[in-house]
Amino acid sequence: MSGVTRRQLLRGAGLAAPALILGGCDALGASPSFRDIVLGTGEWLSWRIHRLIGADALAREFDPTEMSPFFRTNGNTRPRSAEWQSHAADGFARFRLRVDGLVERPRDLSLAELKAMPARSQITRHDCVEGWSAIGKWTGVPLGAVLAATGLKPQARFVVFHCADDFGGAPYYESIDLVDAFHPQTILAYGMNDADLPAGHGAPLRLRVERQLGYKQAKFITRIEAVAALGAIGGGRGGFWEDAADYEWYAGI
Amino acid sequence: MARVETDPVAAAGAPVRIVRRHRLSTRVWHWINAGTFFIMLMSGLMIFNAHPRLYWGQYGANADPAWLEIGSADGRGYLRIGETQIDTTGVLGVSERDGRARRVAFPAWATIPSTYDLALARRWHLTFAWLLAVGVAAYALASLANRHLAHDLLPGARELKARHLWHEIRAHARLDFPKGEAARGYNTLQKLAYLGVLVLLLPAMVLSGLAMSPGMDATLPWLPDLFAGRQSARSVHFITAWLLVLFLVVHLVMVLLTGPVNGVRAMITGRFRLPEERP
Repeated sequence: MSGVTRRQLLRGAGLAAPALILGGCDALGASPSFRDIVLGTGEWLSWRIHRLIGADALAREFDPTEMSPFFRTNGNTRPRSAEWQSHAADGFARFRLRVDGLVERPRDLSLAELKAMPARSQITRHDCVEGWSAIGKWTGVPLGAVLAATGLKPQARFVVFHCADDFGGAPYYESIDLVDAFHPQTILAYGMNDADLPAGHGAPLRLRVERQLGYKQAKFITRIEAVAALGAIGGGRGGFWEDAADYEWYAGI
Repeated sequence: MARVETDPVAAAGAPVRIVRRHRLSTRVWHWINAGTFFIMLMSGLMIFNAHPRLYWGQYGANADPAWLEIGSADGRGYLRIGETQIDTTGVLGVSERDGRARRVAFPAWATIPSTYDLALARRWHLTFAWLLAVGVAAYALASLANRHLAHDLLPGARELKARHLWHEIRAHARLDFPKGEAARGYNTLQKLAYLGVLVLLLPAMVLSGLAMSPGMDATLPWLPDLFAGRQSARSVHFITAWLLVLFLVVHLVMVLLTGPVNGVRAMITGRFRLPEERP
């Protein structure tokens, strides 16, 4: 083989490499086992390493002067559920948050009862999986305090948040592990930017789990369920977007 | 990088001098990066496509001013940087896939996967990020330990004199590259380029990537501070990615100009044939 053709071969290979990589990656990415086993490695490693080096680390809290002038909404901004709409119409006065599953004492908590519990306000950064960030102030009851009131059974490993909104009939839900559930900044927010939580941001209650991405911050929460495993809920991956679009369950990165 | 051998194939005429050029650690890392780089870049462009706007500071969303934006209006694609907007229809903002014009920031041929799938792009990116980050850290440590950094990459004081640098730049511009003994080690421009990638660009890439993780920001609060905020880190991540692309382009051009077969063979086997001096 002469030098010129070898050179041409190398040049051709160089030009073809991205196309080959792209074709190969599309084919590999379409394989469910490659997706879950090989490409699931990153999520799993991140989750375990984050828990190892910073399980109790606190998310940064900002000064009021650092807040976003406008905090955009996304996802559902007004659930279609008749029940939610009727609650919204009377200011959620008859609304009850159901807390059940693997808890010692299932409860139905009114907003007034939740507001009478210890409250926490925090100005934190909300990071959407798509890339944008907004800084806002959230006020609510620490989830740990609610779970302390109901007690957890020893088998409980995850906390699931069932929501009033849906996408094409599939209800929104999310779940977190107990490290995040009892994290001091994990709150059920009923207030935002010193006002009642607006509908667009998840009235009457939304989760703030500050060390994870936006899709974990479930809005319009109606029920909290403690479970031992996530497989039997929804599509089995631990959340609506995890089921519908294959987003990572651990969204700390 | 000391042993000199005679090339058995070319032993007939004047002896062609073969030197040991690349350590095994360098060769392994090089080829891991060669693959990882494309996966990181192309999956990164897909992630960018999910929100093709860049900001400076802690926060940044649609209502906030973006310093860079790729978008489309009236079927035309555009790239806007600051006040300057250029029409990029066909490549950025609007491009064709399967015979149809699509409104997408980076075109299908540049992204992994080729059709919009943020979740899958993140899986590629955040899995191969481990390979990239662990590789950079391991290679940097190995290069300290085996003196690769001190011996081969750090330029000497004499090399950094303006006169010497100017001389090298002019020689490169004339495509007059070191021959014979002078080609045994890296020249100063090579050293600065490789050093820049190893100690500046790749660490900046890894750190700005980590600074976008809300979990890492809680654990290591200095991470977003390094870049003055998460959205600044996202901008730095984007800019640094293109600086690495620039390095790659120059790198590939130099390989082609200085003898691709010898260069690629050296990066596979470690044996490098010193280019003959002109008579």
